[in-house]
This record gives sequence, structure tokens and C-alpha cells, in this order.
Amino acid sequence: MSVVETGAGAEKKIVRPYGDTTGDGMVQVSFTLPVPHDKRAEGAAVQLANKMGIDPAMLVHAKPIGDGFTFFVVYGRVNHLVDLAAVQVVERDFPLLSAKEVNAVVKQKLRRKLSVVGACIGTDAHTVGIDAILNVKGIAGEKGLEYYRELKVTNLGAQVSVPELVEAARVEKADAVLVSQVVTQRDAHLHNTREMSAAFREAMPAGKRPLLIVGGPRFDETMTDELGVDRIFGRGTTPGEVASYLVHALITSKKARA
Amino acid sequence: MTGKLELDPALVARARELARRAGQPVVDLARSHTTVSVERAVLRLAGVTGADPDGIPWVNRLVDAVVADTGLGHGVAAAVFDALAREGITDVTLLAQKGAAGSVRFTQPTGKAATAARKAARKAVAAGVRQVDRRRAERDRLVKRYGDPKQRPWIYLIVATGDIYEDIPQAQAAARAGADVIAVIRSTGQSLLDYVPEGATREGFAGTYATQENFRLMRAALDESSKELGRYVRLTNYASGLCMPEMATLAGLERLDMMLNDSMYGILFRDINPIRTFVDQRFSRQVHARAGIIINTGEDNYLTTADAVDEAHTVTVSQLLNEYFAHEAGLADWQLGLGHAFEINPDVPESFRLELAHALLARELFPDAPLKWMPPTKHMTGDVFRGNLLDGFFNLVGTMTGQGILLVGMMTEAVVTPWLSDRDIALQNVRYVLGAAGGLHEDFVPAPGGFIQQRANRVLGEALELLERIGDQSLLTAIAEGTFGIMKRPADRGKGLDGVARHEGDYYNPATDILEGQQA
Repeated sequence: MSVVETGAGAEKKIVRPYGDTTGDGMVQVSFTLPVPHDKRAEGAAVQLANKMGIDPAMLVHAKPIGDGFTFFVVYGRVNHLVDLAAVQVVERDFPLLSAKEVNAVVKQKLRRKLSVVGACIGTDAHTVGIDAILNVKGIAGEKGLEYYRELKVTNLGAQVSVPELVEAARVEKADAVLVSQVVTQRDAHLHNTREMSAAFREAMPAGKRPLLIVGGPRFDETMTDELGVDRIFGRGTTPGEVASYLVHALITSKKARA
Repeated sequence: MTGKLELDPALVARARELARRAGQPVVDLARSHTTVSVERAVLRLAGVTGADPDGIPWVNRLVDAVVADTGLGHGVAAAVFDALAREGITDVTLLAQKGAAGSVRFTQPTGKAATAARKAARKAVAAGVRQVDRRRAERDRLVKRYGDPKQRPWIYLIVATGDIYEDIPQAQAAARAGADVIAVIRSTGQSLLDYVPEGATREGFAGTYATQENFRLMRAALDESSKELGRYVRLTNYASGLCMPEMATLAGLERLDMMLNDSMYGILFRDINPIRTFVDQRFSRQVHARAGIIINTGEDNYLTTADAVDEAHTVTVSQLLNEYFAHEAGLADWQLGLGHAFEINPDVPESFRLELAHALLARELFPDAPLKWMPPTKHMTGDVFRGNLLDGFFNLVGTMTGQGILLVGMMTEAVVTPWLSDRDIALQNVRYVLGAAGGLHEDFVPAPGGFIQQRANRVLGEALELLERIGDQSLLTAIAEGTFGIMKRPADRGKGLDGVARHEGDYYNPATDILEGQQA
């Protein structure tokens, strides 16, 4: 994985939000303030919008919700600029392969089935992510990894403890371990991921460790080093992307390991 | 509200008969086994309360101590009350403390000692059941005094902060904003705890721990709200996971009004052992029946893992099974909040008409059950504007098909746990639809032989086919082979299996005796 500076070295490209005219800078925001609804509350909402860089701010909706709270919708012109040249994102740095191509590469180059172990760890019971990637059913019409003939998939399901996961990875001789985390309360997804990667580092020497991959809707894809994993997949990831990455990292270029 | 789909009554009767045939072996299994949680529930009814300094409930310590000495298959009641008599004490909680300290030995009594122990156990458990009865009478009085919600469906809203003292004002605010039923969602992971935590709790993950004290605090707060609002605001929690029987018991003791209680959810989605689940489920439903609690079943969950069009008939099959198990455990039709959900991919052509067909099918198959109508989750994307529109269509199906309980959908589903403003916008959406189209079910009659009738009849036909197939093998095999929600769950695997035992010849459970008919 590498953090790519989009258009680095290219000329600066500055953009503003677009309402209905190029350069108008219009945005819409909504928020709640813990104050009862009155003129002062509306003034407070405008003040907040101004501090967010929205000026002039049009307060288009204010509604009391519950005791002592007011909900606001604000439209207005934001005075911040975006420099596209300075944007940092993780771009896909591996080729996207079809299921057939993935199977062919594994069969020819690895000459055995590639073993994948997946789980939701900690108390997280939301298997929807790991199931979407692993189950034959897949997601959005794309079949999951179980469908790939040359992949051997072990889906441990929900609420698997880290020691259970490490043990299963050992038994299955996992080439890759996929962990899905949905619950983010009190940063549970980050704590669990760190615990998991530390356990693998402790249990297995660097060369023997499976590729560690986490996925979930609330992960920051640039945090791989901080979390001690090889790759993070965010929202909207498809099984095909994961399979292509596995082939890339484990077979076609083995240097992706940390 | 029946007769809009022209369902063939012979097919409907056949479907029920097949559900009975598939369910009967499971009931036999449930009647011949017990679990640690069933036994702990019996002790809770007998008055064992509290927890040791590590937070492990005394019911757990006591059941563990008895099981270590005599095994689980006799039931713990006789051994416990025999030990009480031998020790010359009357306080069961004190006995639990002694048992945990190892200063009491338990034996399975025989002869006269057994008769005496059984009699004492039955007397203690009957007092607990009488408390459940008093709570039910209290609910009836309050409903009479404050009244039920004016409209159907009842508006059901989830609160989940992790902190009971934060939940309370949020629940009260939600009730003021129009919620008729408050569900306090549990902390993630509680379903796999083999004990019920104690006391008021302020820390949870994506939910608040279900404890007896939290139940009591929230019920008291909603009693205040009921008084303030002039309608009885109901409270929901979860009788699911490894402690189903105890959750049901605590709900009965603290006058909760609804409990999530599905016959297969724990097996499929929590990988809890199938036998453990069916045994626990039967006992918990007997308690719910006695307590006048409405159960909510979990068919919506199948559609979050499987395709909502292709697998629509698995929902119907599960509803029929849940109905059979519920009736068998003594629940009346008005207590069956059978679940179903609005989960068809909105990009599928005619998805709204398909939803209407499925929802109407449930309505007509179960005309006297309240039905719990669940909002879209799987196709909520983070596009909150589209999400709000989908929720509006969901609300419209709910009112057009006469659903009894409507779980309010949040446009921030899959984004954040609902904010105050999300909840307000969602309730505004419900109020608008119910206000603008609340009586539309009177006018809405699908065209004879049209799309909706055809679709509903097709789903019923597919449900019958599946039930025929299950009948030929057995429900446990069907579950093992992944018939529901894709998950494969064999009967000899899964969590909680070590807490299951077959009844010995002298098995005694005073709670089951009382709940199965003899007067308390």
C-alpha cells in the first residue's frame, strides 16, 4: 500500500463547492444546538456557521426538538478553498482481476489453494461486512471469496476472540486473515484491530505471519502502520477488490508486507 | 383486513400443519432437556438475587455448585431446597453464598426428603410467579388508566447510549415526540454472556446492558412519561442469546411489555447451539405468556443476509414456525409480534409493489397477530436524503397493510447511532405518513389477479415447498444445512452446548409445572 499524492508535481488546481454556479462556494449543513428555540438560538446557529467559514450564512430552518434543543439547516457560501494537488488518498495500487484471472494466477504461481480466514473480532456481532466479502452470496451482484475455486475460505463468524482467530489462522495455514469491524463506539474497531495485529506479531515470526487485512465502514484507509495491519478496506469494497489485492500482495508482488 | 389477496384457505391450513410437523420434534426435544439458564431462571423466580463481589450473579454460583455435585439433569430446584432444609436456613441467596464458598454439599434428595424439597421449591417459585402476575395486573390497570396509543401501528423507537442514565431522558424525549414503544437495545456481545449482569450500568458498546435494575429504572421513567402523556408507553428489551429464560423472567418481574424473542435467531446469527436455543426459547415463551408480554420475532434478520426477493418465503416459513412454537408455549395471537422487513433492493423494478405484496401476505396469514414491521437497513447507504425517502415508503407500506408495530427507520442507519435530530426527523416522517395516509388501508385493495396478488401467492407457494422439504428431514437438519439465512448450524456445535442436559427420570422444575397449567 502507498499513500499517493494525487497529481503531485502537477499544477495547482483549486476548487470550491458548487451550488448552481461555478465558484459560488455554496454548501448546506445541518446541526443541533443544546438551546431552546428562540431568536438567540438562531443567532447562535449563524455564528457557528460563520466560524465554519460559511459567510453569508442563510438560516433556512430552525425547529425545536425535545427539551432545550434546536435543529438547524443552514445554506451559505463557504470561503474555504480546496487544493486538489494537496489531497492525500489511498488509491488502488494493484490491478483489478476477474474471478477467473484470480483463480488462474493462484493455480499457476502458488500451485496450492490460497487460504483465507475471516472473522468479526471482539464483541462486534455485525457479520454483514465479512459475510459480504466471504459468503458465496457476495454483495451487489458480485460473488464472495467462497466462490473462488482456488481460495480456501474459513469464515469464523461473529464475536471471535483474538486467540481463537490466531489459532484458526495457524490451523488453516492462513495466507491472509480478514477481519471486519463495524461497531465504532469508544473506538472499539481501532482497539480490536491493534490487539489483533499485536497478537499475530507475538505468535508468529515475520515471515510466517499471514497478511492482515481489516475492513469496515469507519476505518481510515491510511492508518495501516498505526494499526499494524497490511491493508485497510473502507466502505464499498467488493470481494473482487479483496481477491485482487490478495493475489497482488501474496503472489505477484510480495513486498507489500510491513 | 383479510381477503385482499385471495389466498387459498386450504393452502394456508396446509402450511400451518407442515409448520406443526416440522416444529413438533423440536418441542419434544425442548420438553426433555434443560439448560443452566432455565435452572437459573427457576432460582430467580424462587427469590435468589444479587451477585458476588466479582459481579457473577448468585444464581450462576448456585447452579454451578449444584451441577458440580449432582449434575444438571435432575434440575436444581430439589437439590437446592433439600440443602436449605438440611442447613436450617430459609434465605436462598444466603445458601448460594454458602454454596459458592464450598461449605454446602448438594445431593439429589430421594423419598420423603425429595417430596419435602419439591414442595418447598414449588412454594418459593409460586411466589415469584405471583409477582409476575401482579405486574401483569398492574399493566392492565395502567393501560386502562392512560390508554393505548390512538393509532395503529404503534410507533417503536430504539434508544442505545450504553448509559442507562443517558437512555432515560432520551427515551422520555422520544415518548414525548410520539414514540409508543421504547426499545433499549443491548450492548453488543451481551447475547453471548452466560450470565445477566447486575445493577445500573453506564458503560456499553452500541447499547446498554440488560439488567434487572436497568429494567426497573427505565420502566419507572416510562411510567412517569405515561402519566404525563396520557398514554401507556411500552418498554421492550431482548430475551435472546444465552440467557433467554432469565431475561424473560426479569422482564416479567419488572413489567416490561415486549421482548425480542425469536425461535432461531440465536442459532443462525449468534452461533448458539440449536438445542440450547430451543430449550431456552420454550421456557422464555412460557414466561412471556404468563407475563402478558408481546414477543417480537426476528425474521427481518434473514433478509439482511439473504436476498429479500429470492428468500421472501423463508420469512413466511419462519413466521409460521414462530407462531407454532409460540402457541405451543401458551402465547395468544395478540402477543405475537411476528417480524418482517422492508429490505428489497430499491433498484429492483417494482420493489415497492413487492414490499406491499410481502407485507400484506404476512398480514393476511396472521390476521390477529400485531406484526412487527422493520425498516430498511441493508440498502441504507449513507445517502441520508435517499434514506429518508426509503423510510417514508417503508412507513407507507406499514400503514397500507395494517402493521401493528412499526420500528422507526433512521436515515442515518449504517452511518451513526441515531442522533437526537435523526430521531426527530424520522419521527416527523412517520407522523407525516400516518397523518396523511393513516386510513389508506381501507381503500387499498390490490387488483384481482394483479401483480400484488400473484406475488403474494407465489411466496406462499414457495413457503409451502420449503416446509414440505423440512417436513421430510427435520427442522434441525434444515438449520444444519443452512436453509435459513444461509448460515449452516449443526445441532452438535455452537455456543452454550455444555450448559444443556437431558432430563433424568426425577427431573423437577416447579416453574414449568406452574406455567404449564397448575395454579400458582
